[in-house]
Amino acid sequence: MSKVLVVTSGKGGVGKTTTTAALGAALAQNGQSVVLVDFDVGLRNLDLVMGAERRVVFDLINVIQGDANLAQALIKDKRVPSLSLLPASQTRDKDALTAEGVAKVIEELRKKFDWVICDSPAGIERGAQMAMYHADMAVIVTNPEVSSVRDSDRIIGMLDSTTEKAKKGEKMEKHLLLTRYDPQRASRGDMLGTDDVLEILSIPLLGIIPESGDVLRASNVGAPVTIAEPESAAARAYNDAARRLAGEKLEVTIPTERKGLFDWLFKRRVS
Amino acid sequence: MTFLSNIFKRRSSAPVARDRLQILLAHERISGGDGKDDLLAQLHREIMEVIKRHVVVDQDKVQIKLDRGAHCSTLEIDVEVPGLTDVKPGEKPTIQAASAPADAKKA
Repeated sequence: MSKVLVVTSGKGGVGKTTTTAALGAALAQNGQSVVLVDFDVGLRNLDLVMGAERRVVFDLINVIQGDANLAQALIKDKRVPSLSLLPASQTRDKDALTAEGVAKVIEELRKKFDWVICDSPAGIERGAQMAMYHADMAVIVTNPEVSSVRDSDRIIGMLDSTTEKAKKGEKMEKHLLLTRYDPQRASRGDMLGTDDVLEILSIPLLGIIPESGDVLRASNVGAPVTIAEPESAAARAYNDAARRLAGEKLEVTIPTERKGLFDWLFKRRVS
Repeated sequence: MTFLSNIFKRRSSAPVARDRLQILLAHERISGGDGKDDLLAQLHREIMEVIKRHVVVDQDKVQIKLDRGAHCSTLEIDVEVPGLTDVKPGEKPTIQAASAPADAKKA
């Protein structure tokens, strides 16, 4: 049973591409076959975050238009063999994403992989619509900040109304991933807390990714944080989130940087 | 003393953010463009029309809230109605009722 997952947010810069890369790599490291599909036509970045920018020959649009077949366009990850990437086009515009073309590609990918993870562009336009249309489930990436929460609410509304699942009258499985979370600022009352965001958006929590320099370090070297810094707090949070996606029941905690026994013993518990 | 009062005076900003978001999103969910929310917008409009037909309502005293739950959504319309005596529209009511909430709920 393969799953099509869209990573979306509405707002830009909240960590969709980072999340796509990290969750995909974590699922692949757990033995699942995973393909990451970049839907950000014109502004592709997933290839760069994955360290595959110099290996792109064909892209999603080439496959849709029949200039290349899927096998030619897929880039196999060199670190995790069961992980592949289908890059977006950097030169075409979003109109090249036709509904039928995308449907055909997704259908083909479903046959080949356990997980098809679609990295949505920011906004609510065609690219974002196409990325979410065929999804079985969605990860909504949200920062604990007013504009991000508002945009997430808008995207949740779209997931419930404009997707294939919604049109069939089925329920879209939605998960909230809170990123760039700072437990200290939240406990001081200067950042929206987990409970606040959950109360407002009322969808289940997939995980909390703490604000961490390791995420930037990983993207600098072109690797998902779960591969580049597997022991970091952010990577452990992503790993747990990936296991929850795969159906495991794990308590949601905010991992802290491992400094010693003390930190480990007093790992913060939430919800 | 000033030190202590400074500590207590400093309001944390997260509750402000939460309250602002809750009010804003309640409105946006009602006026949102998609099919499901259109129904709530229509309900809201028609319920308000019915209320206006019978009592004079101050627009500022109407609170509309839409809560989206996992299984059902709730449309809550809180209308502060002035004294429910036989007041004709346009006439200024003399008695002010403290608060008479009229809840319209949609499952």
